[in-house]
Amino acid sequence: MAKLISILALLMAFTGSVNAYAAASETHEFSDPVMQKRYQSLVKELRCPKCQNQNLADSNSQIAIDLRNEVYTMLKQGKADMEITSYMVERYGDFVLYRPKINELTYVLWFGPAIILLIGVLIVVMVARKKSASRKELELSEEQQQKLNKILAEKD
Amino acid sequence: MGKVIRFLPLIVFIALGVVLYRGLFLKPQELPSALVGKPIPAFTLTQLKDANKQLTAEDLKGDIVLLNVWATWCPSCRYEHPYLLDIAKSSQVTLYGLNYKDERDLAIKWLEDLGDPYQFSVFDEAGRLGLDMGVYAAPETFVIDHHGIIRKRFAGPIDADVWQREFAPMIKTISQERARGE
Repeated sequence: MAKLISILALLMAFTGSVNAYAAASETHEFSDPVMQKRYQSLVKELRCPKCQNQNLADSNSQIAIDLRNEVYTMLKQGKADMEITSYMVERYGDFVLYRPKINELTYVLWFGPAIILLIGVLIVVMVARKKSASRKELELSEEQQQKLNKILAEKD
Repeated sequence: MGKVIRFLPLIVFIALGVVLYRGLFLKPQELPSALVGKPIPAFTLTQLKDANKQLTAEDLKGDIVLLNVWATWCPSCRYEHPYLLDIAKSSQVTLYGLNYKDERDLAIKWLEDLGDPYQFSVFDEAGRLGLDMGVYAAPETFVIDHHGIIRKRFAGPIDADVWQREFAPMIKTISQERARGE
C-alpha cells in the first residue's frame, strides 16, 4: 500500500511538472480573458507539423513557436477561429487539425468505431438469443420429468 | 451460414493483420503539401546577395523550377549541398534558393565557401514566404512547373537515390506535358 501511494505521488509530481513546463513556454499576454481562452484552445487543436505527436501548445520547435505567434497575431487582428484554422489548413493541410474534418475520407475514422460497436452488440444479442432458445429445447417435457422423478424415486 | 460465422474471427484477424502490417511501412513524416496544384504564393522579398533587388513570385517562373529551402543553421542542407551543385550543372531544371530564417552575412559566406548552386536565392529572414508555402523545416524542395504551379514538395535532404525516386519521375512528367504543349 505504501508503495502504491509513493508511486501515485511520483506520478502526480511528474504530471505537475509537465503542466508547468507547457505553461512556461507561453509568453503571449492577453488583456481579454475570452481571447486568452480562444488562444489556448486553438494552440491545443492545431498540430505541430514538425513534431507530429505534439500540438502547438506543447512543442518547442521553431515552427511551433512561429505558428503560435501567427495564431496570436491573427487573434489580435480580430480574426475568427475558423479563419485561423483554415489559414493553417491552406498551408499545412488537414494534417494540422487534431480533430479531422468530417468528409468522405474520414467517415471511417469518425463513424467506424460506432459501427463496429453496433455490430458487436448485434452479435452478442444474436448469440444470447440462440443460447436461450437452445436451453428451451433442452428443457424436459412434462412426460420426461415424470419419468425422471419415477427413476429417482426408485433409486431411493 | 454457420460455417462462415465460424471463420469470421480468422477473416477479421487476417484483415487486421494486413492493415497493421502495411501501417509499419507508412511514412508519416512525408506529408502531402497543401500547396500541390496551387501557384507560388505572392511575396515581395529581396535577393540574398543584393538587398536592393526586389523579387516576386513572377521571378520564380521558368521552364521547370526547383525551389530549394535552405539555411546555414540546417545540418542536412550541408549534406545535400554537393548534390545541389550537381543538379545546377545539369540543365534539366532551373534551381532557385529560398534562404529561410537565416542571417544574410552567414548565408552569403556559406555560398562563397561551399559554392552557389542557385540562379539566385530569395532572402526570407522572417520566414513569411516559408509560412505561406507550408515550410516547417529545412531542407525542403518544391518542383514548380512551366505555368508556375507547385507540383511537388519534398521535405528532407536530396541525394542521388532521392533524386531518382522522388524528382526524376515528376520532372519527366512535366517535360512531357510541355512537349505536348499543355
